[in-house]
Amino acid sequence: MNDAAAALAEQGGDPGLVPRPFEVVGTRRELDDVVTLELAPLDGQALTFLPGQFTMLYLPGIGEIPISISGDPARPERLVQTIRSVGAVSEACCALQPGARIGVRGPYGRGWPLEAALGRHLIVLAGGLGLAPTRPIVTWALENRSKLAGLHLLYGARTPDAVLYPTQLLGWAGAEAANVMVTVDRHSDQWSGRVGVVSDLVPELPFDPALGTAMVCGPEVMMRFSLQALEGWGMAPAQMYVSMERNMKCGIGWCGHCQLGPHLLCRDGPVLAAPQVSDLIGVWEL
Amino acid sequence: MEIKGLAEVLAAQPLFAGLSTETMSFLESCAKNEVFEAGVFLFKAGGQADRFFLLREGDVALELQIPGRARLTVQSVHPGHVVGASWMLPPYSWRFDARALTAVRATSIDATCLRRKCDDNPALGYEVFKRFLPILADRLQAARVQLVDLYAPPGEIGRAG
Repeated sequence: MNDAAAALAEQGGDPGLVPRPFEVVGTRRELDDVVTLELAPLDGQALTFLPGQFTMLYLPGIGEIPISISGDPARPERLVQTIRSVGAVSEACCALQPGARIGVRGPYGRGWPLEAALGRHLIVLAGGLGLAPTRPIVTWALENRSKLAGLHLLYGARTPDAVLYPTQLLGWAGAEAANVMVTVDRHSDQWSGRVGVVSDLVPELPFDPALGTAMVCGPEVMMRFSLQALEGWGMAPAQMYVSMERNMKCGIGWCGHCQLGPHLLCRDGPVLAAPQVSDLIGVWEL
Repeated sequence: MEIKGLAEVLAAQPLFAGLSTETMSFLESCAKNEVFEAGVFLFKAGGQADRFFLLREGDVALELQIPGRARLTVQSVHPGHVVGASWMLPPYSWRFDARALTAVRATSIDATCLRRKCDDNPALGYEVFKRFLPILADRLQAARVQLVDLYAPPGEIGRAG
Protein backbone atom coordinates (compact mmCIF):
# COMPACT_ATOMS: atom_id res chain seq x y z
CA MET A 1 0.00 0.00 0.00
CA ASN A 2 1.45 3.40 -0.87
CA ASP A 3 1.46 6.46 1.41
CA ALA A 4 -1.67 8.00 -0.04
CA ALA A 5 -3.53 4.71 0.21
CA ALA A 6 -2.36 4.23 3.78
CA ALA A 7 -3.45 7.75 4.66
CA LEU A 8 -6.85 7.19 3.12
CA ALA A 9 -7.18 3.85 4.89
CA GLU A 10 -6.42 5.52 8.20
CA GLN A 11 -9.26 7.92 7.54
CA GLY A 12 -11.61 5.04 6.89
CA GLY A 13 -11.48 5.40 3.12
CA ASP A 14 -10.99 2.52 0.76
CA PRO A 15 -7.39 2.14 -0.33
CA GLY A 16 -8.62 0.37 -3.42
CA LEU A 17 -9.64 3.71 -4.88
CA VAL A 18 -6.18 5.25 -4.86
CA PRO A 19 -4.05 4.56 -7.93
CA ARG A 20 -0.54 3.27 -7.44
CA PRO A 21 2.17 4.81 -9.62
CA PHE A 22 3.63 2.54 -12.30
CA GLU A 23 6.22 3.19 -14.95
CA VAL A 24 5.98 2.06 -18.52
CA VAL A 25 8.98 -0.21 -19.09
CA GLY A 26 7.96 -1.64 -22.44
CA THR A 27 5.50 -1.14 -25.26
CA ARG A 28 4.57 -3.33 -28.17
CA ARG A 29 2.27 -2.44 -31.04
CA GLU A 30 0.16 -5.56 -31.58
CA LEU A 31 -2.24 -4.24 -34.24
CA ASP A 32 -2.87 -0.88 -35.87
CA ASP A 33 -5.04 0.17 -32.94
CA VAL A 34 -3.82 -2.19 -30.21
CA VAL A 35 -0.80 -1.74 -27.94
CA THR A 36 0.54 -3.84 -25.08
CA LEU A 37 2.07 -1.98 -22.16
CA GLU A 38 4.49 -3.53 -19.73
CA LEU A 39 4.37 -1.73 -16.42
CA ALA A 40 6.57 -1.84 -13.33
CA PRO A 41 5.37 -0.66 -9.89
CA LEU A 42 7.31 2.32 -8.64
CA ASP A 43 6.71 1.21 -5.06
CA GLY A 44 8.36 -2.11 -5.87
CA GLN A 45 5.32 -4.10 -4.76
CA ALA A 46 4.35 -6.71 -7.35
CA LEU A 47 0.73 -6.65 -8.48
CA THR A 48 -0.34 -10.25 -8.03
CA PHE A 49 -3.48 -11.18 -9.92
CA LEU A 50 -5.68 -14.04 -10.98
CA PRO A 51 -6.23 -14.72 -14.69
CA GLY A 52 -9.36 -12.82 -15.72
CA GLN A 53 -8.98 -9.93 -13.30
CA PHE A 54 -8.69 -6.33 -14.47
CA THR A 55 -7.16 -3.06 -13.35
CA MET A 56 -8.21 0.57 -13.66
CA LEU A 57 -5.57 2.52 -15.57
CA TYR A 58 -5.43 6.22 -14.74
CA LEU A 59 -3.87 9.08 -16.66
CA PRO A 60 -4.13 12.36 -14.73
CA GLY A 61 -6.16 14.97 -16.52
CA ILE A 62 -7.48 12.49 -19.07
CA GLY A 63 -9.34 9.77 -17.22
CA GLU A 64 -9.48 6.19 -16.09
CA ILE A 65 -10.42 2.95 -17.90
CA PRO A 66 -10.78 -0.71 -17.00
CA ILE A 67 -8.33 -3.02 -18.78
CA SER A 68 -7.95 -6.77 -18.42
CA ILE A 69 -4.57 -8.10 -17.36
CA SER A 70 -2.96 -10.09 -20.15
CA GLY A 71 0.35 -11.03 -18.60
CA ASP A 72 1.73 -14.09 -16.89
CA PRO A 73 0.27 -14.56 -13.40
CA ALA A 74 3.56 -16.22 -12.40
CA ARG A 75 5.39 -12.93 -13.17
CA PRO A 76 3.49 -10.36 -11.10
CA GLU A 77 6.46 -8.01 -10.97
CA ARG A 78 5.52 -6.94 -14.50
CA LEU A 79 1.96 -5.82 -15.18
CA VAL A 80 1.06 -6.49 -18.81
CA GLN A 81 -2.04 -4.88 -20.32
CA THR A 82 -3.20 -4.97 -23.92
CA ILE A 83 -5.24 -1.92 -24.89
CA ARG A 84 -7.30 -1.03 -27.96
CA SER A 85 -7.46 2.64 -28.80
CA VAL A 86 -11.16 3.45 -28.86
CA GLY A 87 -11.46 6.67 -26.85
CA ALA A 88 -9.54 9.49 -25.21
CA VAL A 89 -8.00 7.49 -22.35
CA SER A 90 -7.21 4.35 -24.30
CA GLU A 91 -5.75 6.44 -27.11
CA ALA A 92 -3.49 8.21 -24.63
CA CYS A 93 -2.51 4.88 -23.04
CA CYS A 94 -1.59 3.48 -26.43
CA ALA A 95 0.64 6.49 -27.06
CA LEU A 96 2.66 6.02 -23.85
CA GLN A 97 6.39 5.46 -24.24
CA PRO A 98 8.90 3.78 -21.90
CA GLY A 99 9.57 5.99 -18.91
CA ALA A 100 6.04 7.39 -18.78
CA ARG A 101 4.06 7.17 -15.54
CA ILE A 102 0.57 5.77 -15.17
CA GLY A 103 -1.74 5.16 -12.22
CA VAL A 104 -3.04 1.67 -11.57
CA ARG A 105 -5.83 0.51 -9.27
CA GLY A 106 -6.64 -3.09 -8.66
CA PRO A 107 -6.59 -5.91 -9.52
CA TYR A 108 -10.34 -6.18 -9.36
CA GLY A 109 -13.06 -8.72 -10.01
CA ARG A 110 -13.40 -12.46 -10.02
CA GLY A 111 -11.09 -14.29 -12.36
CA TRP A 112 -11.46 -17.50 -14.32
CA PRO A 113 -12.28 -20.52 -12.10
CA LEU A 114 -9.18 -22.47 -13.07
CA GLU A 115 -9.85 -25.10 -10.44
CA ALA A 116 -13.00 -26.05 -12.39
CA ALA A 117 -10.77 -27.26 -15.23
CA LEU A 118 -8.50 -29.50 -13.18
CA GLY A 119 -8.54 -33.03 -14.53
CA ARG A 120 -10.66 -31.94 -17.48
CA HIS A 121 -10.22 -30.67 -21.04
CA LEU A 122 -9.86 -26.91 -20.81
CA ILE A 123 -11.32 -25.06 -23.79
CA VAL A 124 -10.30 -21.44 -24.16
CA LEU A 125 -12.59 -19.90 -26.75
CA ALA A 126 -11.59 -16.36 -27.61
CA GLY A 127 -12.52 -13.85 -30.25
CA GLY A 128 -10.79 -10.65 -31.33
CA LEU A 129 -9.25 -8.79 -28.42
CA GLY A 130 -10.77 -11.43 -26.12
CA LEU A 131 -7.49 -13.28 -26.42
CA ALA A 132 -5.90 -10.71 -24.09
CA PRO A 133 -7.91 -11.59 -20.96
CA THR A 134 -7.62 -15.29 -21.77
CA ARG A 135 -3.88 -15.34 -22.40
CA PRO A 136 -3.16 -15.71 -18.66
CA ILE A 137 -5.34 -18.84 -18.69
CA VAL A 138 -3.24 -20.37 -21.46
CA THR A 139 -0.03 -19.41 -19.68
CA TRP A 140 -1.29 -20.96 -16.47
CA ALA A 141 -2.55 -24.03 -18.29
CA LEU A 142 0.77 -24.64 -20.02
CA GLU A 143 2.53 -24.38 -16.69
CA ASN A 144 0.02 -26.79 -15.14
CA ARG A 145 -0.51 -28.99 -18.18
CA SER A 146 -0.16 -32.25 -16.23
CA LYS A 147 -3.20 -31.29 -14.16
CA LEU A 148 -5.42 -31.05 -17.24
CA ALA A 149 -6.74 -33.75 -19.54
CA GLY A 150 -6.27 -31.41 -22.49
CA LEU A 151 -5.80 -27.79 -23.50
CA HIS A 152 -7.65 -26.43 -26.51
CA LEU A 153 -7.45 -22.84 -27.73
CA LEU A 154 -10.07 -21.82 -30.26
CA TYR A 155 -9.46 -18.31 -31.53
CA GLY A 156 -11.31 -16.23 -34.08
CA ALA A 157 -10.41 -12.87 -35.56
CA ARG A 158 -11.98 -10.57 -38.07
CA THR A 159 -9.16 -10.80 -40.63
CA PRO A 160 -5.64 -12.26 -40.73
CA ASP A 161 -4.28 -8.78 -40.01
CA ALA A 162 -6.36 -8.63 -36.83
CA VAL A 163 -5.00 -11.82 -35.26
CA LEU A 164 -3.67 -10.89 -31.84
CA TYR A 165 -0.35 -12.28 -30.53
CA PRO A 166 0.37 -14.19 -33.78
CA THR A 167 3.89 -15.21 -32.76
CA GLN A 168 2.68 -16.57 -29.45
CA LEU A 169 -0.18 -18.42 -31.17
CA LEU A 170 2.32 -20.06 -33.49
CA GLY A 171 4.43 -21.06 -30.51
CA TRP A 172 1.45 -22.56 -28.71
CA ALA A 173 0.33 -24.33 -31.88
CA GLY A 174 3.80 -25.80 -32.28
CA ALA A 175 3.79 -27.13 -28.75
CA GLU A 176 2.26 -30.55 -28.36
CA ALA A 177 0.81 -29.40 -25.05
CA ALA A 178 -1.98 -27.43 -26.73
CA ASN A 179 -4.47 -27.93 -29.52
CA VAL A 180 -4.70 -24.52 -31.19
CA MET A 181 -7.26 -23.68 -33.85
CA VAL A 182 -7.37 -20.22 -35.40
CA THR A 183 -9.96 -18.97 -37.86
CA VAL A 184 -10.77 -15.65 -39.48
CA ASP A 185 -14.11 -14.33 -40.67
CA ARG A 186 -12.63 -12.81 -43.81
CA HIS A 187 -9.61 -14.16 -45.54
CA SER A 188 -6.84 -12.40 -47.43
CA ASP A 189 -4.53 -13.70 -50.12
CA GLN A 190 -1.74 -14.28 -47.61
CA TRP A 191 -3.93 -16.41 -45.34
CA SER A 192 -3.87 -20.16 -45.82
CA GLY A 193 -5.62 -21.00 -42.56
CA ARG A 194 -9.22 -21.52 -41.65
CA VAL A 195 -12.01 -19.21 -42.76
CA GLY A 196 -15.26 -19.20 -40.82
CA VAL A 197 -16.69 -18.22 -37.48
CA VAL A 198 -14.96 -19.35 -34.30
CA SER A 199 -18.04 -21.13 -32.94
CA ASP A 200 -17.86 -23.50 -35.92
CA LEU A 201 -14.66 -24.95 -34.47
CA VAL A 202 -16.44 -26.36 -31.42
CA PRO A 203 -17.81 -29.57 -32.99
CA GLU A 204 -14.29 -30.46 -34.11
CA LEU A 205 -13.02 -30.81 -30.54
CA PRO A 206 -11.80 -34.39 -30.21
CA PHE A 207 -13.32 -35.46 -26.90
CA ASP A 208 -16.58 -36.04 -25.10
CA PRO A 209 -18.24 -32.69 -24.24
CA ALA A 210 -18.95 -34.00 -20.75
CA LEU A 211 -15.21 -33.96 -20.09
CA GLY A 212 -14.68 -30.29 -20.94
CA THR A 213 -14.75 -26.90 -19.24
CA ALA A 214 -14.97 -23.83 -21.47
CA MET A 215 -13.80 -20.28 -20.81
CA VAL A 216 -15.14 -17.84 -23.38
CA CYS A 217 -14.14 -14.24 -24.00
CA GLY A 218 -14.81 -11.83 -26.83
CA PRO A 219 -17.47 -9.49 -28.11
CA GLU A 220 -20.77 -10.29 -26.43
CA VAL A 221 -22.47 -11.42 -29.61
CA MET A 222 -19.56 -13.78 -30.31
CA MET A 223 -19.88 -15.22 -26.79
CA ARG A 224 -23.61 -15.72 -27.27
CA PHE A 225 -23.10 -17.78 -30.42
CA SER A 226 -20.19 -19.62 -28.83
CA LEU A 227 -22.26 -20.65 -25.82
CA GLN A 228 -24.97 -21.88 -28.19
CA ALA A 229 -22.39 -23.87 -30.13
CA LEU A 230 -20.95 -25.41 -26.96
CA GLU A 231 -24.40 -26.35 -25.72
CA GLY A 232 -25.35 -27.72 -29.15
CA TRP A 233 -22.17 -29.80 -29.05
CA GLY A 234 -23.36 -31.31 -25.77
CA MET A 235 -21.57 -29.35 -23.06
CA ALA A 236 -23.47 -28.57 -19.87
CA PRO A 237 -23.91 -24.79 -19.33
CA ALA A 238 -22.55 -25.18 -15.80
CA GLN A 239 -19.17 -25.98 -17.36
CA MET A 240 -19.06 -22.77 -19.39
CA TYR A 241 -17.72 -19.44 -18.17
CA VAL A 242 -17.73 -16.03 -19.84
CA SER A 243 -16.02 -12.72 -19.17
CA MET A 244 -18.56 -9.93 -19.41
CA GLU A 245 -17.73 -6.32 -20.18
CA ARG A 246 -19.58 -3.23 -19.06
CA ASN A 247 -18.70 0.35 -18.24
CA MET A 248 -16.71 -0.19 -15.06
CA LYS A 249 -15.92 2.94 -13.07
CA CYS A 250 -15.18 2.35 -9.38
CA GLY A 251 -14.05 -1.26 -9.73
CA ILE A 252 -15.32 -2.24 -6.30
CA GLY A 253 -19.09 -2.45 -6.65
CA TRP A 254 -19.96 0.97 -5.29
CA CYS A 255 -21.07 3.03 -8.23
CA GLY A 256 -23.29 0.64 -10.17
CA HIS A 257 -22.07 1.66 -13.62
CA CYS A 258 -21.31 -1.93 -14.57
CA GLN A 259 -24.57 -3.46 -13.42
CA LEU A 260 -25.84 -6.35 -15.51
CA GLY A 261 -29.14 -7.51 -14.08
CA PRO A 262 -28.39 -8.59 -10.50
CA HIS A 263 -24.62 -8.57 -11.07
CA LEU A 264 -22.14 -5.75 -10.52
CA LEU A 265 -19.58 -6.99 -12.99
CA CYS A 266 -16.57 -5.27 -11.44
CA ARG A 267 -17.24 -7.08 -8.16
CA ASP A 268 -19.26 -10.21 -9.06
CA GLY A 269 -17.56 -10.65 -12.43
CA PRO A 270 -16.21 -10.01 -14.93
CA VAL A 271 -16.07 -13.81 -15.12
CA LEU A 272 -19.44 -15.45 -14.56
CA ALA A 273 -20.77 -18.95 -15.12
CA ALA A 274 -22.93 -19.21 -18.21
CA PRO A 275 -26.12 -20.00 -16.24
CA GLN A 276 -25.66 -16.67 -14.41
CA VAL A 277 -25.92 -14.71 -17.65
CA SER A 278 -27.91 -16.96 -19.97
CA ASP A 279 -31.06 -14.88 -19.43
CA LEU A 280 -29.17 -11.59 -19.64
CA ILE A 281 -26.74 -12.03 -22.50
CA GLY A 282 -28.20 -10.56 -25.63
CA VAL A 283 -30.94 -8.59 -23.88
CA TRP A 284 -31.01 -5.35 -25.81
CA GLU A 285 -31.81 -3.08 -22.86
CA LEU A 286 -28.93 -4.45 -20.77
CA MET B 1 -1.02 -44.25 -43.99
CA GLU B 2 -3.91 -46.45 -43.00
CA ILE B 3 -5.96 -47.70 -45.95
CA LYS B 4 -9.64 -48.13 -45.25
CA GLY B 5 -12.28 -49.75 -47.38
CA LEU B 6 -15.26 -47.74 -48.54
CA ALA B 7 -17.67 -49.60 -46.29
CA GLU B 8 -15.51 -48.81 -43.27
CA VAL B 9 -15.15 -45.17 -44.28
CA LEU B 10 -18.88 -44.71 -44.76
CA ALA B 11 -19.75 -46.55 -41.57
CA ALA B 12 -17.51 -44.16 -39.62
CA GLN B 13 -19.39 -41.11 -40.91
CA PRO B 14 -21.75 -39.61 -38.33
CA LEU B 15 -23.82 -38.48 -41.30
CA PHE B 16 -24.73 -42.07 -42.04
CA ALA B 17 -25.00 -43.39 -38.48
CA GLY B 18 -27.98 -45.67 -37.94
CA LEU B 19 -28.77 -46.33 -41.60
CA SER B 20 -29.75 -49.87 -42.50
CA THR B 21 -27.26 -52.37 -43.87
CA GLU B 22 -29.11 -52.29 -47.18
CA THR B 23 -28.83 -48.51 -47.42
CA MET B 24 -25.16 -48.58 -46.49
CA SER B 25 -24.53 -51.16 -49.21
CA PHE B 26 -26.31 -48.93 -51.67
CA LEU B 27 -24.28 -45.89 -50.60
CA GLU B 28 -21.13 -47.92 -50.98
CA SER B 29 -22.13 -48.72 -54.54
CA CYS B 30 -22.45 -44.96 -55.23
CA ALA B 31 -19.16 -44.04 -53.51
CA LYS B 32 -15.56 -43.85 -54.51
CA ASN B 33 -12.36 -42.53 -52.97
CA GLU B 34 -10.75 -39.53 -54.56
CA VAL B 35 -7.48 -37.71 -54.11
CA PHE B 36 -6.77 -34.06 -54.95
CA GLU B 37 -3.44 -32.32 -54.89
CA ALA B 38 -3.14 -28.93 -53.27
CA GLY B 39 -4.50 -26.22 -55.55
CA VAL B 40 -6.75 -28.54 -57.54
CA PHE B 41 -10.48 -27.80 -57.72
CA LEU B 42 -12.91 -30.39 -56.42
CA PHE B 43 -15.55 -28.52 -58.38
CA LYS B 44 -16.17 -25.12 -59.90
CA ALA B 45 -19.15 -22.81 -59.72
CA GLY B 46 -21.62 -23.45 -62.52
CA GLY B 47 -20.56 -27.06 -62.95
CA GLN B 48 -22.97 -29.93 -62.59
CA ALA B 49 -23.45 -30.85 -58.93
CA ASP B 50 -23.36 -34.56 -59.53
CA ARG B 51 -21.68 -35.62 -56.29
CA PHE B 52 -20.71 -34.53 -52.83
CA PHE B 53 -17.63 -35.24 -50.77
CA LEU B 54 -16.93 -36.57 -47.33
CA LEU B 55 -13.63 -34.97 -46.47
CA ARG B 56 -11.25 -37.44 -44.83
CA GLU B 57 -7.93 -35.63 -44.95
CA GLY B 58 -6.83 -32.15 -45.93
CA ASP B 59 -8.49 -28.77 -46.13
CA VAL B 60 -10.76 -27.30 -48.78
CA ALA B 61 -11.65 -23.65 -49.45
CA LEU B 62 -15.10 -22.72 -50.68
CA GLU B 63 -14.39 -19.78 -52.93
CA LEU B 64 -16.08 -17.20 -55.04
CA GLN B 65 -14.53 -15.58 -58.08
CA ILE B 66 -15.39 -11.95 -58.49
CA PRO B 67 -14.18 -10.36 -61.72
CA GLY B 68 -11.49 -7.80 -61.05
CA ARG B 69 -10.95 -8.95 -57.49
CA ALA B 70 -8.86 -11.56 -55.80
CA ARG B 71 -10.41 -14.96 -55.20
CA LEU B 72 -12.57 -14.77 -52.08
CA THR B 73 -12.66 -17.64 -49.58
CA VAL B 74 -16.05 -17.65 -47.90
CA GLN B 75 -15.40 -20.69 -45.75
CA SER B 76 -12.81 -23.38 -45.26
CA VAL B 77 -13.82 -26.99 -44.77
CA HIS B 78 -11.88 -29.59 -42.82
CA PRO B 79 -11.71 -33.35 -42.20
CA GLY B 80 -15.02 -34.80 -41.08
CA HIS B 81 -17.00 -32.17 -42.98
CA VAL B 82 -19.22 -32.56 -46.00
CA VAL B 83 -18.25 -30.60 -49.10
CA GLY B 84 -21.08 -29.74 -51.44
CA ALA B 85 -24.80 -29.40 -50.90
CA SER B 86 -25.92 -28.11 -54.29
CA TRP B 87 -26.61 -31.68 -55.40
CA MET B 88 -29.78 -31.59 -53.30
CA LEU B 89 -31.65 -28.82 -55.06
CA PRO B 90 -32.40 -27.99 -58.69
CA PRO B 91 -30.76 -26.91 -60.89
CA TYR B 92 -28.05 -29.13 -59.34
CA SER B 93 -25.18 -26.82 -60.17
CA TRP B 94 -22.35 -25.71 -57.90
CA ARG B 95 -22.70 -22.22 -56.42
CA PHE B 96 -19.07 -21.91 -55.31
CA ASP B 97 -15.67 -23.23 -56.25
CA ALA B 98 -14.13 -25.83 -53.96
CA ARG B 99 -10.33 -25.83 -54.05
CA ALA B 100 -7.97 -28.12 -52.19
CA LEU B 101 -5.76 -26.04 -49.88
CA THR B 102 -3.64 -29.06 -49.06
CA ALA B 103 -3.49 -32.61 -50.36
CA VAL B 104 -7.02 -33.93 -49.95
CA ARG B 105 -8.43 -37.40 -49.55
CA ALA B 106 -12.18 -37.60 -49.82
CA THR B 107 -14.94 -40.07 -50.45
CA SER B 108 -17.37 -38.86 -53.07
CA ILE B 109 -20.95 -40.00 -53.40
CA ASP B 110 -22.59 -40.06 -56.80
CA ALA B 111 -25.46 -37.62 -56.30
CA THR B 112 -27.38 -38.60 -59.40
CA CYS B 113 -27.43 -42.15 -58.17
CA LEU B 114 -28.46 -41.08 -54.66
CA ARG B 115 -31.18 -38.69 -55.89
CA ARG B 116 -32.69 -41.44 -58.01
CA LYS B 117 -32.70 -43.80 -55.06
CA CYS B 118 -34.29 -41.13 -52.85
CA ASP B 119 -37.01 -40.55 -55.46
CA ASP B 120 -37.71 -44.27 -55.60
CA ASN B 121 -37.65 -44.62 -51.83
CA PRO B 122 -39.17 -41.54 -50.14
CA ALA B 123 -38.43 -42.92 -46.68
CA LEU B 124 -34.74 -42.99 -47.55
CA GLY B 125 -35.03 -39.58 -49.18
CA TYR B 126 -36.58 -38.16 -46.02
CA GLU B 127 -33.82 -39.73 -43.94
CA VAL B 128 -31.07 -38.32 -46.17
CA PHE B 129 -32.59 -34.84 -46.21
CA LYS B 130 -33.05 -34.92 -42.43
CA ARG B 131 -29.35 -35.61 -42.11
CA PHE B 132 -28.32 -32.87 -44.49
CA LEU B 133 -30.68 -30.23 -43.13
CA PRO B 134 -28.59 -29.55 -39.97
CA ILE B 135 -25.52 -29.13 -42.15
CA LEU B 136 -27.34 -26.59 -44.30
CA ALA B 137 -28.75 -24.85 -41.22
CA ASP B 138 -25.31 -24.65 -39.61
CA ARG B 139 -23.82 -23.14 -42.74
CA LEU B 140 -26.65 -20.63 -43.02
CA GLN B 141 -26.15 -19.66 -39.39
CA ALA B 142 -22.39 -19.37 -39.87
CA ALA B 143 -22.89 -17.14 -42.90
CA ARG B 144 -25.24 -14.91 -40.93
CA VAL B 145 -22.82 -14.69 -38.02
CA GLN B 146 -20.05 -13.73 -40.43
CA LEU B 147 -22.31 -10.95 -41.68
CA VAL B 148 -22.72 -9.68 -38.12
CA ASP B 149 -19.02 -8.74 -38.16
CA LEU B 150 -18.43 -9.93 -34.62
CA TYR B 151 -15.12 -8.19 -34.15
CA ALA B 152 -15.85 -4.79 -35.62
CA PRO B 153 -13.73 -2.30 -33.67
CA PRO B 154 -15.85 -0.37 -31.17
CA GLY B 155 -14.89 2.81 -33.03
CA GLU B 156 -17.04 1.68 -35.91
CA ILE B 157 -20.14 1.41 -33.76
CA GLY B 158 -19.59 4.31 -31.35
CA ARG B 159 -16.66 5.72 -29.43
CA ALA B 160 -15.99 4.59 -25.91
CA GLY B 161 -13.27 4.27 -23.27
